[in-house]
Amino acid sequence: MTVDSQGTASAAPQDAPGRAAGKSQTPPSPSGSNEVLQPSRGRRSLPSGLLPYLLVAPALLSMAVLLLYPLIRNVMLSFQQLNRKEFITRETVWIGFDNYTDLLSDSQFWTVVVRSIVFTAVNVALIMAIGTGVGLLLNRLGKKMRLVLSLSLMLAWAMPIIASVTVFRWLFDEQFGVVNWLMRTLGFSGYEQHNWFETGFSTLVIILILLVWGSVPFVALNMYAALTTVGTELYEAAKMDGASGWRTFWSVVFPNLKSFFMITTFLEIIWIFKAFAQVYAMNQGGPDRGSETLPVFAYIEGVGQFHYGVAAAISVLTIVMLIAVMSFYFRLILKQEEEL
Amino acid sequence: MSTTTETPQKLRTRKPLTAGVIAKNLTALVLAVVFVFPVYWMFSSSLKPQHEIMTKDPVFVFTPTFDNYTTATGVDLFWTYVQNSLFVTLGAVLLALLVALAASFAIARMKFKGRKGIVLVVMLAQMAPWEVMVIAMYMISRENDMLNSIPMLTLIYFVMVLPFTIWTLRGFIAAVPVELEEAAQIDGCTRGQAFRKVIFPLLAPGLMSTSLFGFITAWNEFAMVLMLNKDRESQTLTRWLTEFQTAFGSDWGATMAASTLFALPVLIVFLFLQRKAVGGMTAGAVKG
Repeated sequence: MTVDSQGTASAAPQDAPGRAAGKSQTPPSPSGSNEVLQPSRGRRSLPSGLLPYLLVAPALLSMAVLLLYPLIRNVMLSFQQLNRKEFITRETVWIGFDNYTDLLSDSQFWTVVVRSIVFTAVNVALIMAIGTGVGLLLNRLGKKMRLVLSLSLMLAWAMPIIASVTVFRWLFDEQFGVVNWLMRTLGFSGYEQHNWFETGFSTLVIILILLVWGSVPFVALNMYAALTTVGTELYEAAKMDGASGWRTFWSVVFPNLKSFFMITTFLEIIWIFKAFAQVYAMNQGGPDRGSETLPVFAYIEGVGQFHYGVAAAISVLTIVMLIAVMSFYFRLILKQEEEL
Repeated sequence: MSTTTETPQKLRTRKPLTAGVIAKNLTALVLAVVFVFPVYWMFSSSLKPQHEIMTKDPVFVFTPTFDNYTTATGVDLFWTYVQNSLFVTLGAVLLALLVALAASFAIARMKFKGRKGIVLVVMLAQMAPWEVMVIAMYMISRENDMLNSIPMLTLIYFVMVLPFTIWTLRGFIAAVPVELEEAAQIDGCTRGQAFRKVIFPLLAPGLMSTSLFGFITAWNEFAMVLMLNKDRESQTLTRWLTEFQTAFGSDWGATMAASTLFALPVLIVFLFLQRKAVGGMTAGAVKG
């Protein structure tokens, strides 16, 4: 059950399947080869020039219809006035950049932008720091303890988002929550019936704990898998040279795993920034819209406030910010992807 | 704790038990408890009788009962939700496998103009911000009378899992030696036969794990079903769970039983898949 060196950190995604499939490189079963030996029934294949396009067409078509088209529609909607009236009468009213100018001069929008960025930054910093620490620890543990910790991390990783949100609401319940009990037991006062969801800020802290709890396993277990690819000779050499643990990390481990760190960091930024289910399901962006991040803000502006045009504009701006982050991410990935 | 570290030492004469070793193992133990606790607490709460949940001081030892599960599954329309979730996930995954198998075969095995471009499109599509596209998706569905529609949801989930499926299957196909395929063709197979009889059987484990990852994604999806399927008859288990919490706000035992029922299939599948989830998936959006 341990997660032994499955794939490398720097490995492109096809690496792991490659190994898995590599194991099963057994020749086809006898019955299979019998069939193979049968003479061709003379079925004519399509001209090979067209075949790859035919094979790719269904995939491209479905992505065009259900991904590209909605994205384009999203941009179009952001140039329309689409409030309650237009929504009901199904009119199309073009208003140019009005939604954007309204948004950009709205202080609430900027509050949410700043909140989302700070929230993402704190989250990712914590996830990377704790994830790395746990990964390094996994690498230095004995077999049994490593198994125990990996299993625990695995369960946290696998928990479906909505289930974990529900559980966190229970853990932090005002009346019978185990966290309030823990705080009392540890000797803190004022946790008789502490409402953890009292303010937007406290709600965001709970969401932050949830996100860190749910994301650290991904970083830690991948970190550990990556570490196993750094040869032990390197550590030993560093130790012989008298380097401290801290020094070893920065001068031996980090340079070797730099691309792993970069890619994981950007992935986490993207994931956290667009996290919707965790933020929305925890407290519907409340109280008083105080825990809304950009994706939830867009949803509430649309569904809650009947400003679908504005909501579309928020979506577009969020996607633009995401694209900015993703461009760095893709540059990193493409650098690794030699055989593309 | 101490026994687990001491026994192997006697056998294998390792380094003596230093403070560092103890601290290391102690930290690991605390971390293990912290990370597993919410999952454990969900299970244990779901098995507790009502009066042992509504206590200021939590009960750790109790006689398990399945009452909460009876309450959770006894909710109106529960089986409709189960049916919807199963239909949507299985439909999406099967469609994705079918379409991805064709596409990834072309990408992995054939040379053609625009191949690189298609790989790039797949990579970009994998990062699609679905959560932020709900408004547009809602408008499109409304125009086409596809709100509260299970097929529409299935199609959306299909496209959600498609890029990942293509991406991983491409790796699996590339790992099958071309020589095998060529040998079959020399023996008289057409290209299609070679694929069906040689490559496909070797792909089985890959297909299995890829579809299970797709299953997890579709099973967990929340934003789309929240936005598009407001009718209760057309909702899936994710919505059931959030609604449940609102409706049974104070009945935490039943709520935890509902969470457990929802999480269990994913936890089992994930433990089964764990080797594949870790490592090399950095560019795949495998996020629990």
